[in-house]
Amino acid sequence: MPLTVMRTLTCVPRVLKSLGVTRSGTVPLLSNPRNKFLRPIYAVRGLSTSVHPPVTLLTEDEEAMKDLVSKIAKELIAPLSPQMDREAKLDKSVLETLFQNGLMGIEIPEEYGGTGATFGATIVVVEELAKVDPGVSILVDIQNTLSNNLIIELGTEEQKRKYLPMLAANTIGSFCLSESESGSDAFSLRTRADRDGDSFIINGTKTWISFSDLAGIYLVMANAEPSKGYKGITCFIVDRDLPGVSIGKKEDKLGIRSSSTCQVNFDNVKIPASNLLGEFGQGYKYAITKLNGGRIGVAAQMLGLAQGCFDATLPYLLQRKQFGKRIFDFQGIQHQVSHVATKIECARTLVYNACRLKESNLPFVKQASMAKYFAAEVATETTSKCMEWMGGVGFTKDYPIERYYRDCKIGSIYEGTSNIQLNTIAKYLEKEYENFN
Amino acid sequence: MALRALVGVKRVVDYAVRVRVKPDKTGVVTDGVKHSMNPFDEIAVEEAVRLKEKKIVSEIVAVSCGPTQSQETLRTALAMGVDKAVHVEVTGPEYNNLQPIHVAKILAKLATEQKADLVIVGKQAIDDDCNQTAQMTAAFLDWPQAVFASKIEKEGDGLTVTREIDGGLETIKVKLPAVISADLRLNEPRYATLPNIMKAKKKPLEKKTPKDLGVDVSPRIEVVSVEDPPTREAGAKVEDVDQLIEKLKKLGRI
Repeated sequence: MPLTVMRTLTCVPRVLKSLGVTRSGTVPLLSNPRNKFLRPIYAVRGLSTSVHPPVTLLTEDEEAMKDLVSKIAKELIAPLSPQMDREAKLDKSVLETLFQNGLMGIEIPEEYGGTGATFGATIVVVEELAKVDPGVSILVDIQNTLSNNLIIELGTEEQKRKYLPMLAANTIGSFCLSESESGSDAFSLRTRADRDGDSFIINGTKTWISFSDLAGIYLVMANAEPSKGYKGITCFIVDRDLPGVSIGKKEDKLGIRSSSTCQVNFDNVKIPASNLLGEFGQGYKYAITKLNGGRIGVAAQMLGLAQGCFDATLPYLLQRKQFGKRIFDFQGIQHQVSHVATKIECARTLVYNACRLKESNLPFVKQASMAKYFAAEVATETTSKCMEWMGGVGFTKDYPIERYYRDCKIGSIYEGTSNIQLNTIAKYLEKEYENFN
Repeated sequence: MALRALVGVKRVVDYAVRVRVKPDKTGVVTDGVKHSMNPFDEIAVEEAVRLKEKKIVSEIVAVSCGPTQSQETLRTALAMGVDKAVHVEVTGPEYNNLQPIHVAKILAKLATEQKADLVIVGKQAIDDDCNQTAQMTAAFLDWPQAVFASKIEKEGDGLTVTREIDGGLETIKVKLPAVISADLRLNEPRYATLPNIMKAKKKPLEKKTPKDLGVDVSPRIEVVSVEDPPTREAGAKVEDVDQLIEKLKKLGRI
């Protein structure tokens, strides 16, 4: 692998040209076999003396999508957010907006009714939505990075034809892994899938399942051969309307209250064997490999949340006067604001670098964990500081700061807790340094 | 027979941006400031797309005059449903002093070149508030004009247009070809969807210069000074209506 791997963005050739770099050194190095619909990704070699494009530089598509989603978020979602937070309920119109504008099938190829964009586009969209409503953002994140991507990557042609157009147009896909006794210790899950001729019978209860009350299909991790331990874990696609599927208690949460989290019960649910997703017994592998993209998604959500909170705070600091000058004019405040802005910039760089690594089919698991861990920390610090700078009004519901403050806590909990991220990072460090000296 | 429509889209400082005057008073700060399509032009695009959906229009061409970044505005138009785009590149001092008369000449030339039957533009741009381009374009083409449109319907060989005028509505009939300017209540523009943003890339975008069209865009005016509006002075509270009237009289306002 070359040390210098650079991904060309649509606008990069222009940048390079302006720097006197021609494209003659450009070779398609990393073709992405996964998806021929993706924008071609190139690695540029032999440019060691030249300048890298900034990791946070967006492609033209991503810029256009960012503008659009920012507009949708501000005009159609923001006015509903306080109410959705209060009532702990996603407004129906928001869901319609997300589907109608193609936000729920970002990476689904066009031939299956999706947008046919890249992972980078998903990250941009998740970030923009989180600036306004992190609860809505997580819906788009889970749909795109987990549900859709599992089917895009592992689905048979038949499964793709059946499910992808639904997911792009009107159906939420819910990812069911956690159980009451199986959280971070994901592979101790007890949900079973017993073979019955051409079918599987699923039994078990999944907990903490995001949007399970609104979902039309469930991607369920169940053990189909318990004697083999975690190597019996298999992924199944379960339709909502099958007999035996029921939704349990809805959690009353501290934050991201526009998103719903419920129990799902599978009681003798009979599904055809053709609904097995991927390979038998590979579920654990999918859970540990495919969830990593999701971690970048959550990191983008936390980044957007921090930025959104910061953006909602700064104008107040520039306007509010005490002791005859603006709050912002106090050096003590300036230093704190600059510190937090720097942290946000660090998080942004980590998130987008992890995203670009994934898009380039390079190893990204360690960086994804680092991005998620750090972005969650930054979101926590940012929201806490913003509230302090705002003073009393930041503590009230007249401003969105207190909502960001509550919403951010989930970032260090779901899709791998912060401690689990640190474990993952340590695992990689151990491997890297084992043979050192 | 379905019509061909030409729509003008101007790139302006976003409506949500707080506009600031440059320290040297030559204009307003535009560097690093978010820009987007003039909201009235968005309404014009939406109307053209709706006319196409009703099969009244067969093809829509969007045009924007300005620097390279104007292509972003054209891409938005393409993503909203426009079929092809023409970017007329105007930069530097010529762009800074580009006036409705220049744009109208460009639009008139393009309308002829593109064999348009209908030119739709926003009634005014939110940056200079000129409200002249549609009228001047109609004059250059010697076509009928229907400005401040709040409703457009096809009737026979022409169009019936409802116009917003002082104190009410006026309904007029215009023969085709014609120039229309869109008012605020003509429609509510759609959002470009993510799939349509992807599709917009595949649509043609042609580049031209005013010279190609034989239009002279050399500045006709010189901006002497751009000033902030005066800051509002603090008001005063009055106890009752009588006191209010007394004060207003004292100030010579009534």
